[in-house]
Amino acid sequence: MKNLIAFSLLFILSMEGVHAQTPISGIIKDAKGKSIRGASITIKDSYDGATSDSVGKFIFNTTEKGEVLLQITAVGYQLFEQQIQLKTTPIVINTILKEEITELSAVVLSAGTFEASDRKRASAVLDPIDIVTTASANGDITGALKTLPGAQQVGESEGLFVRGGTAAETKTFIDGTLVNNFFFSSVPNVAQFSRFSPFIFKGTVFSTGGYSALYGQALSSALILESIDLPDQSSANIGISLLSASAGFQKLAKKKNASWGVNYSFTDLSLAFAVIKQRQDYSKAPKYHNIDANFRFKTSKTGMLKYYGYYSANTLAFTTNSIDTLPYLDKFAISNGNHYHNFSWRENMANRWKVQIGASYTNNRDNINGRLQGVDKQDVLLTGFENKNFDIINRGHYINAKLLFEKRLKGLSGIRFGSEYNFSNDKLNYISYTGQQFPSAVNEHIKSVFAEADVYVTNALALKGGTRVEHSTLLNKANIAPRFSVAYKLGKGSQASVAYGVFYQNPERRYLPSATNLTFMKATHYILQYQKVANGQSLRGELFYKKYDNLIKTGSSNFGEAAINNNGFGEAKGFELFWRDKKTIKNFDYWVSYSYLDTKRDFLNFPFAVAPNFAAKHTLNLVGKKFVQKLKTNFNLAYNYNSGRPYYNIALQGTAYKFTDRGTIPDYHNVSFSLNYLPSIGKKNAKSFAVYVLQVSNIFNMNQVFGYRYSYNGARRETITPTSKMFVFFGAFISLGIDRSDEIINNGL
Amino acid sequence: MKHLSLMVVATIFSVALYAQSEKYVKAMEALTPRVDTLLDKAGFIELANSFERIGNAEKTEWLPYYYAALAQVNAGYTFAMDGGFGDKTADIDPIADKAEELITKAAAISQDNSEIWVIKKMIASLKMMGNPMARYQEYGAKATVALETAKKLNPENPRVYMLEGQDLFYTPEEFGGDKQEAKVRFQTSLEKFKVQKPASTIHPAWGMGSVMYFMSQVK
Repeated sequence: MKNLIAFSLLFILSMEGVHAQTPISGIIKDAKGKSIRGASITIKDSYDGATSDSVGKFIFNTTEKGEVLLQITAVGYQLFEQQIQLKTTPIVINTILKEEITELSAVVLSAGTFEASDRKRASAVLDPIDIVTTASANGDITGALKTLPGAQQVGESEGLFVRGGTAAETKTFIDGTLVNNFFFSSVPNVAQFSRFSPFIFKGTVFSTGGYSALYGQALSSALILESIDLPDQSSANIGISLLSASAGFQKLAKKKNASWGVNYSFTDLSLAFAVIKQRQDYSKAPKYHNIDANFRFKTSKTGMLKYYGYYSANTLAFTTNSIDTLPYLDKFAISNGNHYHNFSWRENMANRWKVQIGASYTNNRDNINGRLQGVDKQDVLLTGFENKNFDIINRGHYINAKLLFEKRLKGLSGIRFGSEYNFSNDKLNYISYTGQQFPSAVNEHIKSVFAEADVYVTNALALKGGTRVEHSTLLNKANIAPRFSVAYKLGKGSQASVAYGVFYQNPERRYLPSATNLTFMKATHYILQYQKVANGQSLRGELFYKKYDNLIKTGSSNFGEAAINNNGFGEAKGFELFWRDKKTIKNFDYWVSYSYLDTKRDFLNFPFAVAPNFAAKHTLNLVGKKFVQKLKTNFNLAYNYNSGRPYYNIALQGTAYKFTDRGTIPDYHNVSFSLNYLPSIGKKNAKSFAVYVLQVSNIFNMNQVFGYRYSYNGARRETITPTSKMFVFFGAFISLGIDRSDEIINNGL
Repeated sequence: MKHLSLMVVATIFSVALYAQSEKYVKAMEALTPRVDTLLDKAGFIELANSFERIGNAEKTEWLPYYYAALAQVNAGYTFAMDGGFGDKTADIDPIADKAEELITKAAAISQDNSEIWVIKKMIASLKMMGNPMARYQEYGAKATVALETAKKLNPENPRVYMLEGQDLFYTPEEFGGDKQEAKVRFQTSLEKFKVQKPASTIHPAWGMGSVMYFMSQVK
């Protein structure tokens, strides 16, 4: 009992003692000696504490006693903890907080990379919606990317020609796996569109060089597309334009853990071609039936399984004046069937591991029919020009699979490794005018393994190193491609980065199979970048040097050109600028890109190294977008310019190829305009949303020349121009349930 | 004797317990009126830190984390309102993320709480303001859902109608904004404010002042 009373007294006394206070003060700074404002200083499990002021100072009194834990927290910094003894004597704690390495504050390895996504990263210079609201893009992904520095305005054929590279040097990847027929099958001197709607992708990364070891088989550039996950809600949509009709729906499961959808579109250019005169004389205007289907399924909280399937059947046929033998006509007809299936699965595992699996299958068929016709459009067989009558049947099967493991280490650092398998089976059957068949087949297995590591030393310094090893069964050779990049933060929003990498690519299908032993073509990239991003404005400058080795050289054979060796070479150097400003003028957003390119190469049948015809020295793009709230309309304008590209004719004279004609084509100018009218905006509880699109390319009807084509003997030449000068498109797109108009307004807001 | 001793012990402990809860209420009472006043960014951060300290010490109370999140959101709004167009995510996101972290702690203590969903709505709106063009879809939808949830959980919560009114007030007419409709919501809010009965002196009661301000701004 005595003890108890004594204890009680002690307790009460000790409570009295509570009122004796200990002052704690100090100054908080960061590693650079800058004071940190707003840091919270606390004695753990007590109310006592303070917040640092504008010079990082704090002071408070505590009534706590004995051994306590002092904690200091501040947004963007790591937690600081210290045991302290409280004995009423004043305590001074001056400390330095370590920066936390976060995606938001860390430097970004952005050399050579343009990203269109809503992720907050320094390399994200475009929003996803920019792809469809760029006036000169015609709703095509690559059309928008052509307004970025590094890409050429090549109008006579599809694809991205990057930094002196051919279109074949750019490869496209969807959800990690290679896409074999990203564009509709080539048609002579008519650029084709990409097969996939920009609306199925949520993220686009366009690398103009120095990209990661995760990607291979591309000498110049990688276009990395990420498909959307679950939609926000179920919806149906219909679209009608002068060219096409489409309908589709997307169903989201009640539990919001799965979705599936189907879309169908039919495009027929007859009507448009009846109004807008084409350079070619179409006997069959292009017609396309496209169907796509998808399902997406959340396999767990962090797991996602996706399928995207696509089928297209399309045909066209036209004649052009035969330059070789006037007044006859050259007929070209193609019918294409393509289906593509892409599966991907990703899941986060324990201990910061992540796994990603992707697999795709493509089946492509082209039936090409070439004929010489008389003015009456009847096939003729002309002595000396018999080979103008032929059929080509192309069949391709492609399987691409990729396995990727990722382990996040401390902060943003991490390692990635995995393997990739690309199988291709190309069968080509050339049927001559006599009916004789010349079949050929190429089977290729490319197996690759890759590994890379990201090391974030501090928020201001990041390194990435990786290596890719590939083996080709066809070439029976292997290659090792190292990649390396460093980024350093110079100040708030500004950073410098460098990238280096070696890239290998197989010879193109058309030069295979080859009678001689060939090897991989090789490119080495060196990139130096400066970037500054601040409140709605971004500036980027890039300097690059690219060296080509082992390019394919061709010689003459019975069947035309054939690869003879890998003695080709080349180089490209230049600088690029990009400026985007959303801030200066309200509701007006514009970007400017400029590229300077100095390139020469000796490849294919070139007599010696020259600037190739797909490379202009100067390229300039101006893209503007303005949203007018009162009119509920988004106005888009784009101007594309490039200085004249080289042209040449190469002919076999004796045993050697010689230039028989060379020069520079006129400068290229194109002004495009588009508007999106969104009448449903702001209507409350509207069940349907409509978007009306008017698009006019080459509004000033300017003459555009893409190059020249020559008669077989070089005696005649003809300009290659767009299929029509001005082109007008008008369409209405109505979406039920989901408001796609939001996506477009957001851009103007 | 034994009983007496037990009583003494019991008394001492209950005094201690009472002292503890009295200390909590007093500390909170000293801070809560400040959430309704206009502070600068540093002022809001300091207030948020003070609430967070109490929250960390009182692990079973949702109110300190709730107020800490509110003060962080208000600090974030000072950036969002800070003129200019363009991307402010770099400034806003760290604050919004901090507020999110705090309100998640509050929600873990008190489930299905209308007041907590009000803060969740405010955080989503704050995130959207960082870059409206890019974020309208995601965070606009999140804000709507959060506010609807807050309303469903307590249709008498005056702060729900206050936020509805503010959204209508700030949205341009072309996008569905409507100052007259906003006025109606503010009126509803005001009526609910007049009859609101906070569960205690430290339960949420803030907002009436800003409703009065908005009322004076719409004719």
